[in-house]
Amino acid sequence: MRRLIAVLIENEAGALSRVVGLFAQRNYNIESLSVAPTEDPTLSRLTLCTSGDDSKIEQITKHLNRLIEVVRVVDLTDGEHVEREMMLLKVRAEGVMRAEVKRTCDIFRGQIVDVAENLYTVLLTGTSGKLDNFIRALPKTAIVEVVRSGVSGIGRNEKILGL
Amino acid sequence: MSEQTEHLSGGDMLIRALQDAGVEYIFGYPGGAALHIYDAIFRQQRVEHILVRHEQAATHMADGYARATGKPGVVLVTSGPGATNAVTGIATAYMDSIPMVVISGQVANEFIGTDAFQETDMVGVSRPVVKHSYLVKEASEIPRIVAEAFYIASTGRPGPVVIDVPKDTTDPAQLFPYEFPDSVTLRSYAPTTRGHGGQIRKAAQALLEARRPVIYTGGGLVQGNAGSTLTSIADMLGYPVTSTLMGLGAYPGSKPHFLGMLGMHGTYEANMAMHHADLIFAVGARFDDRVTNDPAQFSPDAKIVHIDIDPASISKIVRADIPIVGPVDSVLPELKRIVNAEMARDPSRPDRVALAEWWERIDRWRAEHGLDHDQRHRNGAAGSLLPQQVVQAVYRATGGDAFVSSDVGQHQMFAAQYYHFDQPRRWINSGGLGTMGFGLPAAMGVQFAHPDAVVACITGEGSFMMNMQELSTCMQYALPIKIINLNNKALGMVKQWQDMQYGGRHSHSTYRDALPDFVHLAESFGHVGYRVQDLDELDAVMADVFGDKHKGDLVFVDAHIDPDEHVYPMAIKGGAMKDMILDRAV
Ligand SMILES: Cc1ncc(C[n+]2csc(CCOP(=O)(O)OP(=O)(O)O)c2C)c(N)n1
Ligand SMILES: [Mg+2]
Repeated sequence: MRRLIAVLIENEAGALSRVVGLFAQRNYNIESLSVAPTEDPTLSRLTLCTSGDDSKIEQITKHLNRLIEVVRVVDLTDGEHVEREMMLLKVRAEGVMRAEVKRTCDIFRGQIVDVAENLYTVLLTGTSGKLDNFIRALPKTAIVEVVRSGVSGIGRNEKILGL
Repeated sequence: MSEQTEHLSGGDMLIRALQDAGVEYIFGYPGGAALHIYDAIFRQQRVEHILVRHEQAATHMADGYARATGKPGVVLVTSGPGATNAVTGIATAYMDSIPMVVISGQVANEFIGTDAFQETDMVGVSRPVVKHSYLVKEASEIPRIVAEAFYIASTGRPGPVVIDVPKDTTDPAQLFPYEFPDSVTLRSYAPTTRGHGGQIRKAAQALLEARRPVIYTGGGLVQGNAGSTLTSIADMLGYPVTSTLMGLGAYPGSKPHFLGMLGMHGTYEANMAMHHADLIFAVGARFDDRVTNDPAQFSPDAKIVHIDIDPASISKIVRADIPIVGPVDSVLPELKRIVNAEMARDPSRPDRVALAEWWERIDRWRAEHGLDHDQRHRNGAAGSLLPQQVVQAVYRATGGDAFVSSDVGQHQMFAAQYYHFDQPRRWINSGGLGTMGFGLPAAMGVQFAHPDAVVACITGEGSFMMNMQELSTCMQYALPIKIINLNNKALGMVKQWQDMQYGGRHSHSTYRDALPDFVHLAESFGHVGYRVQDLDELDAVMADVFGDKHKGDLVFVDAHIDPDEHVYPMAIKGGAMKDMILDRAV
């Protein structure tokens, strides 16, 4: 089962490599990982997308907690949460395709953030599923380059991950 | 900052911080990147540096010291090869949760990442086998980092911590105000200090309701210094106790309620009792694959109570019905109080009739296939000595009261089966990583910690040769260790597997007689050597070795044993714990 795990970690050199090392060492998979400092510059926040059965996820969260620099761990998929991912795509936009790409982009509420003679650069945010659908909606040959941020997630309501 | 604040260089701060952390010994080996630190060591007397002959041995010495005392062992090595040589010993300590602080020299900060001479990314290389690690960025951080390293290494589930120290941060020309922190608090690290009260009450009820209980103890009971509390609980209830390889001695091995070690080479009665139990009460043990055999077939009828300091150990292999996360030295006293009170309140529990029946079954298993604790009646092939006889002779000669280190192989299993440890921290061995070459240096660490104690190292010729250079260190520091070499002229454990699983094809498990004369080898380092090959002379030799005659000597006993002896029982791969091969005929 797909799981989204949020981790608050000391913003120190080497801390991230311990998280990544743990996943490699214990044969856990990482589907995506997004990380950046928080409003408190001494802390970084990670959102890790992984998968496994309940006992595997239990082991993953326990082992994350065991890392000395990890401050808090929460499995967001345990409760209600909001998750978003950002994607930038470079799409070939020539001839009839130019209008077609623009139309698809509008349907998905994407933004064209850069325009070149034969190319559009599209910005899209949403759930990972929505981003997948957008890619599928475009002709394969039109897509030149894709970069995705990985999922970021946050708990809903009063569920707060802090110190 | 007071007027008296001293100003010290990074190198001096490092050594001063070790003093302030209560360090007695540093086991180390110098080199370029560590020379400022070595100069700081030269200019003080409070910490004694022990010069080893190989960095791996330094880590095992620190490890042996830590296992025998419970205090973190300290290692100092240089960058590059010094650091990488230490990795096996760090991994050994990590697998057995041994507190250790390893300081490695590093090239100066400005050269890091340039493939400088003797540069290795030690933090990176050691990452999977440390509890935590530091790379010093500024000299001024050194006192804090040292204090944190000791705190992390020795609290919670203990483990090794690496401090990588770039040479520029130890520069003698740059001085900094020195202050050692009184205490350490880390917002991201707060080991559990108490178990959950409700869970402890549930565990007490489970204990009292059990009809076929087994108490299964592990290394955590030794590390957590709670052997005596566990012993009083077990004795109060009259329950059987078995132990992992790592836990031996926490519950006294010579008590009749001790079933012996469990697992791959555990006793028949311990493994049978585990399989047929209705309650497994696990304390500081981790359901290792060398214990459980196939986890899916593990103790089918048992309710499982699991007490451990590390939440990640609980329900990792076998799901616990009553998990308790907490230090055994607080959980067990609380449990003991509850069990005591409950037994006073309701004397009908535990069910004495059920327990008597359970003991009858266990005693029958023991009578049928238990270990034979005096094998002087047996004969090895062509009249040769048997390894069990040698271990039993050591046990008799030391009155069961020695510190015994071991290596890895058949000799290790014979030592674990036939030397009965009545106290924790007496059995010093690499259980998790299974590191050949551990025995001698670990024994040395124990001897430094306890200069007047009898320290024996029961080893095999293969393992011994992996760190035998330390005979020179023993000479330098006059360590009177007694080395018992169970010499079967083979990598015996490998050979046994080849006998049992590979049709007797001994692929690279014998040396074709290319072995040294161990007696002369020992003598060449100024030590005493004995060779023994007859049962008739065995007790007399051991009496000499462990008697006053050689009190101050390192003695090497080269015991020529039957090369074809196997270790039994042996778990049948892929089976349940009840499935064992009991002797060669089967
Ligand atoms: C460093 C290391 N290399 C290889 C092994 C695999 N191994 C386990 S037991 C063993 C044989 C040990 O031989 P010896 O020390 O003579 O002990 P014996 O089994 O003969 O008593 C080997 C090679 C190991 N445990 N450690
Ligand atoms: Mg051997």
